[in-house]
Amino acid sequence: MSQTASSITGQDGIAVETRSLNLWYGDFQALFDIDLKVRQGIITSLIGPSGCGKSTFLRSINRINERLGYVRITGGIHLLGHDIYAEGVNLSQLRKQVGMVFQRPNPLPISIRDNVLFAVEIHDEGGKKAGRANKEEIVEAALRRVLLWDSVKDRLNTKATTLSLEEQQKLCIARLLPVKPSILLMDEPCSALDPKGTEAVEEMIWELRGDYTILIVTHNMAQARRASEECIFMLMGKVVEHTATADMFVNPKDRRTADYIEGRYG
Amino acid sequence: MMEGAPNGTSDKDRLTFDWYLDKVVQGLVFLGGISAIVLIVGIFVFITREGLSFAATQLDIIEFFSSPRWRPTSEYRPTYNILAMIAGTASVTGLAMVVAIPFSLGAAIYIAEFATGKTREALKVMVELLAAIPSVVWGFIGLSIMNPLIIELFDVPVGLNILNAGIILGLMAAPIMTSIAEDALKAVPDSYREAAEAMGATRLQVVLKAVLPAAKNGLLGAVLLGVGRGFGETMAVLMATGHSINMPDSIFDSVRALTATIAAELGETAVGSEHYQALFTIGIFLFVITFIINLLADLVVRGVRKG
Repeated sequence: MSQTASSITGQDGIAVETRSLNLWYGDFQALFDIDLKVRQGIITSLIGPSGCGKSTFLRSINRINERLGYVRITGGIHLLGHDIYAEGVNLSQLRKQVGMVFQRPNPLPISIRDNVLFAVEIHDEGGKKAGRANKEEIVEAALRRVLLWDSVKDRLNTKATTLSLEEQQKLCIARLLPVKPSILLMDEPCSALDPKGTEAVEEMIWELRGDYTILIVTHNMAQARRASEECIFMLMGKVVEHTATADMFVNPKDRRTADYIEGRYG
Repeated sequence: MMEGAPNGTSDKDRLTFDWYLDKVVQGLVFLGGISAIVLIVGIFVFITREGLSFAATQLDIIEFFSSPRWRPTSEYRPTYNILAMIAGTASVTGLAMVVAIPFSLGAAIYIAEFATGKTREALKVMVELLAAIPSVVWGFIGLSIMNPLIIELFDVPVGLNILNAGIILGLMAAPIMTSIAEDALKAVPDSYREAAEAMGATRLQVVLKAVLPAAKNGLLGAVLLGVGRGFGETMAVLMATGHSINMPDSIFDSVRALTATIAAELGETAVGSEHYQALFTIGIFLFVITFIINLLADLVVRGVRKG
């Protein structure tokens, strides 16, 4: 599971497949029988009102949900053909493969350079052999990819938490790239940003499509419409509709989808 | 309105009563608040009044700090120099930190990051209990348990020495350092842990590479407060160091601490005598040192809050 996304082909180009996934937080059931196939190499957006289970679903794909300790699931999630809830799955390897971007930018309070190299170092990518020059290359490549290089190249040693929110969020995406994930999960990545920052980050996410399978949760209909190829509408822990974004916004099949898109609730 | 009038009056009465109550409580709280400042200024003024004129007129400050000879009761020529006691306090405190830092940071990391549920609560209570043990009890442990143990283990003539006092003081300082370090670790936003975990970090990597860098100022503050505690501790070091004026060569040498000197000698001096004033000069020195250490600790901890 260590090659790039483009060199692995899951079954029929499916990156994430869930089979009747149910999830409980304690006694509260948050997801009901989710059956989804997320296509590889495209951007899929997850929309739906607050509390409908979008984030929960996203957070079960890298199993970060389990930090809470009282989460229980049935059914399964297959990632590029591998069952990630099988026994003996290495969480560290899984999370290397599946990067996550959070709602609030959360760079670590260390230098910009060390943030980008964080995952490389914990996964010992290239081993201790990875020389300084090599690391500099990694940092530059990752920051260029998120269009951040030019504005931070002269201050790589400053604390990442001093950057603007927009820059922080770009950095949070950049730090995922050096370990070559195949899937990027984004949980409302622009909700903490101003309109200009949102535009910049969206544009950057759009640039990443093709190389990565991207699943993005958003509350912003316009963003879903602009920035994704397929769209999943969720309501009360269930998937209501999953189609091409263009179809969903022009011609929603389900009445509830139409109501939500037109802003009748949510 | 008419029927409401009596009610209105009583409301008004209650309002004025509340108003006075408010003022009274406000005054009391204000007194409580400034009392800390008043007391600390008062202590400083008192100590300086007793010691400063002596320090300024009769004392050779350079010799005071650079000569080990503390001979207050010499018939021929009493000398009041404190280098040996500075060395004693510093070596004991230094060794105490060597003992306390791994214990306290280890305990704090375990309690804050790994322990859960009842284990965690039990450990926190234990740490607080440890912090509540009176220093004379620690001194007693130093005298009656550590002393023979050190004599036997290291085959030295006296077990009341830097090693003994350092270990005792380290164990004494560890609980308070643990509490403060744990607070520092708890103040690290969970989003850092989540970010690191989402990148595939193991729990140990999360702690070492995300939590500790984020908490380092708070942890440094904890260590500094431990140092302050070490400098100021009196009874335990009085009992465990051997209390002999001596420039130490090894950790098996007996020494004397600045604080212990004041505690042991002040009761036997004539008020206003040279000796009495020299002891107060030591007091000024201790006051200034601990003030600086606590100020540093405070600044360092504040630094972490600002990010």
